Amino acid sequence: MSVFVQTLMNLLQLGSIYALLAIGFSIVYGIAGLVNFAHGEIFMVSSYVMFFVSSVLYTATGVDWLVYVFSLVVSIVITSLLAFVVEKIAYKPLRKAPKVSVVVSSVGVGLVLEYLTLNFAGAESKKMPAMVTSVPITIGGATIASSTLIIIAVALLFMIALSLFMQKTKMGIALRAVAQDEKAASFMGISPDVMISLAFIIGASMAAIGASLYSVAYPIFDPYIGDNINWWSFTAAVLGGIGIMKGAVLGGFLLAAVNIIAPMVLPVSSYRDIVAFAVLIIVLLIKPTGLLGKKVIEKV
Amino acid sequence: MKSKILKNILLFLAGLAVCFICDNLGLIKSSYILVVEYIGIYSIFVLGVNVVNGYLGIFSLAHAGIMAIGAYSSALVSMYVFDSIFTFPISILVGGLMGMLAGMLLATSSFKVSGDYLAIITLGFSLIIKSIVQNWGFVGGSRGLRPIPKYTSLIVIFVCLIIAIILVNKFVKSKYGRSILAIRDNHVASELVSVDNKKCKTVAFGLSSFLIGISGALVCHLLAYTNPASYGYTTIVDGLVMVYLGGIGSITGSIIGATVWEILVQALRGIGTWRWVIGGAIMVLVMIFLPKGICGNRELTWNDMKRLWAAIKEKFGSLKAAKSKASGKEGK
Repeated sequence: MSVFVQTLMNLLQLGSIYALLAIGFSIVYGIAGLVNFAHGEIFMVSSYVMFFVSSVLYTATGVDWLVYVFSLVVSIVITSLLAFVVEKIAYKPLRKAPKVSVVVSSVGVGLVLEYLTLNFAGAESKKMPAMVTSVPITIGGATIASSTLIIIAVALLFMIALSLFMQKTKMGIALRAVAQDEKAASFMGISPDVMISLAFIIGASMAAIGASLYSVAYPIFDPYIGDNINWWSFTAAVLGGIGIMKGAVLGGFLLAAVNIIAPMVLPVSSYRDIVAFAVLIIVLLIKPTGLLGKKVIEKV
Repeated sequence: MKSKILKNILLFLAGLAVCFICDNLGLIKSSYILVVEYIGIYSIFVLGVNVVNGYLGIFSLAHAGIMAIGAYSSALVSMYVFDSIFTFPISILVGGLMGMLAGMLLATSSFKVSGDYLAIITLGFSLIIKSIVQNWGFVGGSRGLRPIPKYTSLIVIFVCLIIAIILVNKFVKSKYGRSILAIRDNHVASELVSVDNKKCKTVAFGLSSFLIGISGALVCHLLAYTNPASYGYTTIVDGLVMVYLGGIGSITGSIIGATVWEILVQALRGIGTWRWVIGGAIMVLVMIFLPKGICGNRELTWNDMKRLWAAIKEKFGSLKAAKSKASGKEGK
């Protein structure tokens, strides 16, 4: 029982972080129609912003919670700005170009961000100051860090907030309209350019929130972390059906399940990646548009 | 017609002679020759990637995994079975054929799945292969395989490259080549005009993976070792960049892409990790200003070169004339 609760909690913790990242990836795909391979690097940059702000303030003041929230807000603002600028420079001129050239462009942006950070902040890994104090709690015979519960709760909170935003507000409806049909939406007085910028800002904010939660669970990071985050968030988004927010959440939790359970069942833990991707390939072969994706009928 | 074939054969022999001289006489610094060798190998690699990503128009990320299969299988053959320079072609062929087998297997997944979902499957394939060679003790785990006999020389690469060019050229002009162009433009319509989509995709994947496998075999016999780290993120990105830089669906474009990127990477070696910042920026700029790559989806011909040369000459000439005019005026 205790093992089960422990595993479940780990799964929910990792899954909620993956879900946030996959949502950011998916929302950009849904609205701007591009696979943004710079998403992981946005995550990485926001980790660094948070690290620098919080380590200065934390050592100066010693306040923990307030510094955490403040540095999270700073990192959201800076990464949103970064995503906004990147979109204007590297993606907007390619709106009419073939889809793959935008992908290559985003890979280029990712390289630039990754190695700029590496040159300015150094290649050695950094450790985020422990701002969220964690107390062990016993649930069902298992001891769980209170931070795990906080991560899950905060992630869920943001997911619900985003989903309310998309469903209830005028802006959210406009976003969905652009995702459905850009041309028709522009006839209704919605500016696709503004909405695409907004999608990038939401995506970057989700990455920043994901990064802040990730740093609570796994405080050590380096400039190369973005590569893995890219693959994982892309994978989670596609697994659930790319462009669909519910699918991204489902994909995130499923990916976390494979990542957590596979090493427990397998004799050699290093085969984890193989199993994760084998599951992914099998799912896609059975359901070619992801778990929640709809089959689009192609017309000539 | 006959004279054209004769001319090509003569050109081929001349190329062989140049390669032989470069290999054996030591007139040129070996570090320069190494760069040329890399360009040759990457040209074969990019030709392979281009068949699927360019001509067939499927966004595939499998090339790193297939290159690893080619490299490891050929290395094992020349380490344990045929250990002689005269049987080196067998090793290369084994590398290519193993790659081809994997590619044809992968092609079956493209029957049902398409677009970004297929990209994920091919990415998964690459990462699974990398993970397998990393965890398999027999091939050295993450330390990799060494020592692999160092058989690759400029002359071998040249012959392989010529064969690769002829293969791709013949393929593109064949029935299959025209069929995959139809599939790229619209796979539903191509099915309706009785193109066998499945067969054509399998053939295209097979040829592509054969070439990528050969490039893997060549590169591991050049460096005399191979390790799983060489077939990761960087290889995937390098392959994509070279294809889209040179031009999708173009043979000359593939070679130009490989050449430009390799020279750039070598030239920027002096500035350390900053080269990736510049490399990334160049990728973005090329995509913005040349969204179809340097060649677009057509071939660079001798006429293009002549026109380019004439344009340069004219510009240079007018510049010279303007200069002499200006100096003439000053003289007065």
